[in-house]
Amino acid sequence: MNIFFTVVVRDLRLALRRKTEVLSALFFFVVVAALFPLAIGHEPAMLRQIGPGVLWVGALLASMLALSRLFEVDYRDGALEHMLLSPHPLWLLVLGKITAHWLLSGLPLVILAPVLGLQLNLSADALALLSLTLLLGTPVLSCIGAIGAALTLGVRGGGVLISLLVLPLFVPVLVFGAGAVQALSSGLGAQAHLSILLALLLPALFFSPWACSAALRIALE
Amino acid sequence: MTIRWFYYAAPQTFYALAGRLWPWFAALATLLAAAGLWIGFAVAPADAQQGEGYRIIFVHVPVSWMSMIIYLAMAFWSILGLTFNTRLSGLMTRALAPTGAMFAFLSLWTGALWGKPMWGTWWVWDARLTSELILFFLYLGYMALTSAIDDVRRADRAGALIAVVGAINVPIIYFSVTWWNTLHQGASVSLTRSPSMAALMLWGMLIMALACWLYTLAIVCYRVRSLIIERERHADWVQNLPEVAGVKP
Repeated sequence: MNIFFTVVVRDLRLALRRKTEVLSALFFFVVVAALFPLAIGHEPAMLRQIGPGVLWVGALLASMLALSRLFEVDYRDGALEHMLLSPHPLWLLVLGKITAHWLLSGLPLVILAPVLGLQLNLSADALALLSLTLLLGTPVLSCIGAIGAALTLGVRGGGVLISLLVLPLFVPVLVFGAGAVQALSSGLGAQAHLSILLALLLPALFFSPWACSAALRIALE
Repeated sequence: MTIRWFYYAAPQTFYALAGRLWPWFAALATLLAAAGLWIGFAVAPADAQQGEGYRIIFVHVPVSWMSMIIYLAMAFWSILGLTFNTRLSGLMTRALAPTGAMFAFLSLWTGALWGKPMWGTWWVWDARLTSELILFFLYLGYMALTSAIDDVRRADRAGALIAVVGAINVPIIYFSVTWWNTLHQGASVSLTRSPSMAALMLWGMLIMALACWLYTLAIVCYRVRSLIIERERHADWVQNLPEVAGVKP
């Protein structure tokens, strides 16, 4: 278990030394959220309705932007090869990297989303629920996305390829994440959506490190 | 009589087998398609509610079935490839993918053609339409990944992994989209027809489905032969084939 925290701390430290990469994904999220009212119009009622969806799609794209860096840097400087050769189970190392990726790309979105939600006229209840769904949903995005990142390691045009591979797989998270807020505003209650998001998160956490390890071994054999 | 599965798992022997089989599959597919289209467009009566426009289902339904079955077949070959590390599995998966994508696209296309006169719109965000669209994206993702990786062995195995991940996700996606759809538009349009089909219509559709199966078998055998020759072009047995004689590897 120690090695897990070592990997997390290492990845966080590396990222903090190159802050622009983390921050640019975050600013991308802010800019995307600001573009929608400009394109669609600024009537408060409509913004309230499309708000959760806009923020969720923004979060999806922002967390995907950061994906291509997940293994790429370690792959280039050879650190990844050492991880594969190390005596520690690879899935644990991968889980550490996924966790670090989420702390850097998912958690900031969760914190930032309520602020952007205010711009989109969401009510206090909706804001709280939006943060909760993002808290449950963004780890799934990191888990699924990591598989795509591992598969496209060192491949030509990897960045665009990841989006093609991974975005269709993000659909369930998007549906239940954005749907929870819609359900709340239509008076249905979001309990079921939250349960399903959790039900997506647990198998993703379980299977993704395993699939990522397989993909990394394929990429580096 | 026992079938020597592992004997035909070698590309060299499968090349010969596929070469013998595909003309039969192709001929049968042509015959059945002709019969199915004849029943569908000439014999079967016009539908009481939908008129002549319903006849697109003779193409639409078999094509949609195939688009889903081919993804399952890809997942099957991928699991085989990942567990037994057989060379043929990756080739079969690759040979299946373009056909699957074509069927998924045809399914969307014919569905749109049917939707325009029936529902008055080319596209609705119905659960089945949406999940078919996502299935189409999954095919495209698989093909993009395998063609982007230069090392063919790595491409095969990476493709196998994404195919399996996709196959696990397909039911979840279908379920989530159904959920999303019921929340959003309730009972606007449904693809399920209330009256049961006439026997003749059912026969036409089943024959067309069989034709699609045989077409897939034929085209996959044909395509896998090309892939095998391309992959093994430096091997002696390929160089000695009459159809490649004189071509530089």
